[in-house]
Amino acid sequence: YDTFMTVSCHSYVDTSISLEQIENLHKRFQRLSDNEETISRKHLDSIPSLDNNPIKKQIIEAFFDKRNQHQDEVGSCEEIGFEQFLMVMSHFRPPSLKTTEEEKEAMRKEKLRFLFNMHDTGNDGTITLVEYRKVVEELLSKSGDIGQEAAKAIADAAMLEVASTNVPHMDPDDFYEGITFEHFEQILKGLEMETRMYIRFLDVETPTLRCGKSTS
Amino acid sequence: MPSRTGSHSPAGTGKSLPERGLLLLMVLVLLEGSVLPLGAASSPDISHQKNVDNHKVEHEKNYTKKAFPVLDLDYHHIQTPFEISLWVLLASVMKLGFHMIPRLPGIVPESCLLITVGLLVGGLIKLAGEKVPPVLDSQLFFLCLLPPIILDAGYFLPIRPFMENLGTILMFAVVGTLWNAFFIGGLLYAVCQIQPANPSELHQLEILPCLLFGSIISAVDPVAVLAVFEEIHINELLHILVFGESLLNDAVTVVLYHLFEEYSAAGTVTVLDGFLGIISFLVVSLGGILVGAIYGILTAFTSRFTSHTRVIEPLFVFVYSYMAYLSAEMFHLSGIMALIACGAVMRPYVEANISHKSHTTIKYFLKMWSSVSETLIFIFLGVATVDGPHHWNWTFVTVTVILCLVSRVIGVVGLTCVINKFRIVKLTTKDQFIVAYGGMRGAIAFSLGFLLKKEQFPMREMFLTAIITVIFFTVFVQGMTIKPLVELLAVKKKQEAKRSINEEIHTQFLDHLLTGIEDICGHYGHHHWKDKLNRFNKKYVKKCLIAGERSKEPQLIAFYHKMEMKQAIDLVESGGGVNLPSAVPSTVSMQNIQPKKPPPAKPVEKALPKMTKGREEEIRQILRSNLQKTRQRLRSYNRHTLVADPYEDGFSELLIKKQKMIELEKKIQHMNNYLTVPAAPPDSPTMCRARLASDPQAYSSKPAADRVPTIQVDLASPQSPDSVNLMDEFRRADQQEEDQGLMMKPPSGQSGPNRPREEDRGREQQKMTRCLSDPGPSADEEEEDEPFLP
Repeated sequence: YDTFMTVSCHSYVDTSISLEQIENLHKRFQRLSDNEETISRKHLDSIPSLDNNPIKKQIIEAFFDKRNQHQDEVGSCEEIGFEQFLMVMSHFRPPSLKTTEEEKEAMRKEKLRFLFNMHDTGNDGTITLVEYRKVVEELLSKSGDIGQEAAKAIADAAMLEVASTNVPHMDPDDFYEGITFEHFEQILKGLEMETRMYIRFLDVETPTLRCGKSTS
Repeated sequence: MPSRTGSHSPAGTGKSLPERGLLLLMVLVLLEGSVLPLGAASSPDISHQKNVDNHKVEHEKNYTKKAFPVLDLDYHHIQTPFEISLWVLLASVMKLGFHMIPRLPGIVPESCLLITVGLLVGGLIKLAGEKVPPVLDSQLFFLCLLPPIILDAGYFLPIRPFMENLGTILMFAVVGTLWNAFFIGGLLYAVCQIQPANPSELHQLEILPCLLFGSIISAVDPVAVLAVFEEIHINELLHILVFGESLLNDAVTVVLYHLFEEYSAAGTVTVLDGFLGIISFLVVSLGGILVGAIYGILTAFTSRFTSHTRVIEPLFVFVYSYMAYLSAEMFHLSGIMALIACGAVMRPYVEANISHKSHTTIKYFLKMWSSVSETLIFIFLGVATVDGPHHWNWTFVTVTVILCLVSRVIGVVGLTCVINKFRIVKLTTKDQFIVAYGGMRGAIAFSLGFLLKKEQFPMREMFLTAIITVIFFTVFVQGMTIKPLVELLAVKKKQEAKRSINEEIHTQFLDHLLTGIEDICGHYGHHHWKDKLNRFNKKYVKKCLIAGERSKEPQLIAFYHKMEMKQAIDLVESGGGVNLPSAVPSTVSMQNIQPKKPPPAKPVEKALPKMTKGREEEIRQILRSNLQKTRQRLRSYNRHTLVADPYEDGFSELLIKKQKMIELEKKIQHMNNYLTVPAAPPDSPTMCRARLASDPQAYSSKPAADRVPTIQVDLASPQSPDSVNLMDEFRRADQQEEDQGLMMKPPSGQSGPNRPREEDRGREQQKMTRCLSDPGPSADEEEEDEPFLP
């Protein structure tokens, strides 16, 4: 158990998640998996508070997506172990006062990549119009009977915006294939992802009510 | 004697009794006018009758006939409103004047100039020998001048950054102000007690008045902060920190002020009093917020029913907010916090209910009032400086100024060390410096000092002088130097980026994602609670407070509509004068190419992707609703007519018609250049509101065909009255007419029936007609229900 923890700590998460927090996550993992070694989709599906979430399926899918494991594989698994779980969770750590500008930049890329993978269900490296439309539809899915048309219109508008900001001069015969990762980065650079996409208790320096003293 | 009203009916010069009576009446009116105040003149008949009877008795004794006053000066009759108007006019003209002087607005902030003007005016009045009017009367200040500024701030408060930084803001507001008050008060008392050899007047100063003075001077003033910060455009975080602090420290100031004022007569403050003070603080702040929230909900609820009387909607917003302020002040709760809470609570619901015009009205009235108020406050500060009884004491004043600076710096630095432990985005040294330097004092401190009674506080004048000195110092020195310092330190400025729909989508996506991850981890963080609050809001609150269908509208769609609306209006405003290029690239079917012209503000050139044959069909479905499609429809319309009647007599007419159609397409294309957001399909209920002429009340009904002028596709007679009207509209909008060759190529296959297309086109045309023409208020009742501008 301890060596396992050390391995996780050093090899995957570059010491920005503390040992205590890894332990807490492990406990949670155990509870989710009914004390087995791996969890599958149905374990995550059964979390009751997730039912209200409009993008529940995408979130669960992201855990099983091999692209989020930083190992250059594609496709998805059926079951994941604790290491992979931790790997996915590490995408949500916040920057600390000590992270340099390059590290912040790398962190931002990593987080944006995670989001990109969530949208790019076709695994082809671009977000096509169909995929983007699905994203918007899912976002609006819990908001009542809006209908497909509104979602389509919004997705089209968004796609148009991406295309026009990134490739302003397109010939009549050109076809905008889809949003590539660079375009995605460009369009979201105003959001400062590294400071927005985080879960509080994964921050080493921030004391929280659950994790008590932080260790670095 | 016939009784008359106060109107001056022309009298003749006859000597008969009725005419004499009339003359007498007029003299009486003049006499009255100079004696009675404005209000009493409202019942002229009765008073005149009475006075006529009275004076009739005296009339025989001392009536001397004067020449009839044709033109007369009666200043006292209108004195008060006249003076008020004069001040307001002076303030506004000054504001105009500053911006005309070439380089001055860049160097000196407006507040400084206004105070200087006030000094000049006060000086002039004093030179003229008149008594300077006590303009910065506390009553006037707190009840009339301050509320508009605070309401403006509260209504337009950016909720998201405020809530995200609430902990930090509260720390600065509460702990920081307390620290300042005690530090300044305590050290001042200590300083006053030294020099035992020469007992000066300062020795009389007790500890409690010192603490009272400390609490008055320690609060950061929202008016001053707003005045200075809005010119330097720093990033949102710093702005909201300093500004939020200035708003929320009101509760602390109120409690401390009352506490020390009450007990400085007694001379001691016990522990019990301190404890009661803490409880009082909680009551004051939470009570103020509660009062504000209640009034906010009342306003939201009232606005639900205003669909038939749109003109008084802004009135509800203003009056309810003012009542919230007054109610809070009545109970000695924090009026400022009540006003902020009221504005912030009511805004999302009210904006969903009111019409677009009401929204604009509210926005501009608030800005106007707050601007005038702010100007007046600074001018009055100048005047009061000239007037006010001053008592200069070198030690006291200089020590005060120094202590203010020192305590602010220590307070900010100390608090930041603690706060940074809890923040994700830490505050850097630069940030701390700006926060410390931006802590300006202003007119609130002066008014509070002015309220002090002379009997209780013999050193009142000294306090006032010191307060004024501190205010002058912060406004002049800090206000003028903060801008170059911001440049020097390269503090991050406000990003002017436009909120794009992609960012909005991803903000919402992130919210849900993070909530989901928190749920998976079993950690109930603040995303979880925020999500719960949102769901509660959507499920219960919105249903009560928002009228009609809009209660169910998700935020993303609301945002999308706002954007569309904004772009349509931008287009109208700028579309009149822009030249279209002379060449429309021919051809291609689905292609929405924007012709290569100099991009106006943003390089919106590419509309939608071109498909390979296989996808064309799919995209055609997609684009059915877009404006781009209109061009194609028109083409096919032309093609049909061409094909149908190639050899008819009206062929030349047809050509002219075709020409007009080309122009129409160009205009529409031109519109596309601005509208990156394609219009939504006509059939969805949400799109009823996208149309400028929609009525949110009736939005549940399907877009009624009778609303839209359907274009009868009569192949035999291509001339459609509606399109001609549109052409005329365009001509009136002064577009250049291009001479086009017939460069159209029929699209390769067209799917979809004619009917919906024409309806769409009709709708688009109607939409564009509405875009370009500006119906007067009476012309279009339906338009009152449009969605609002952001």
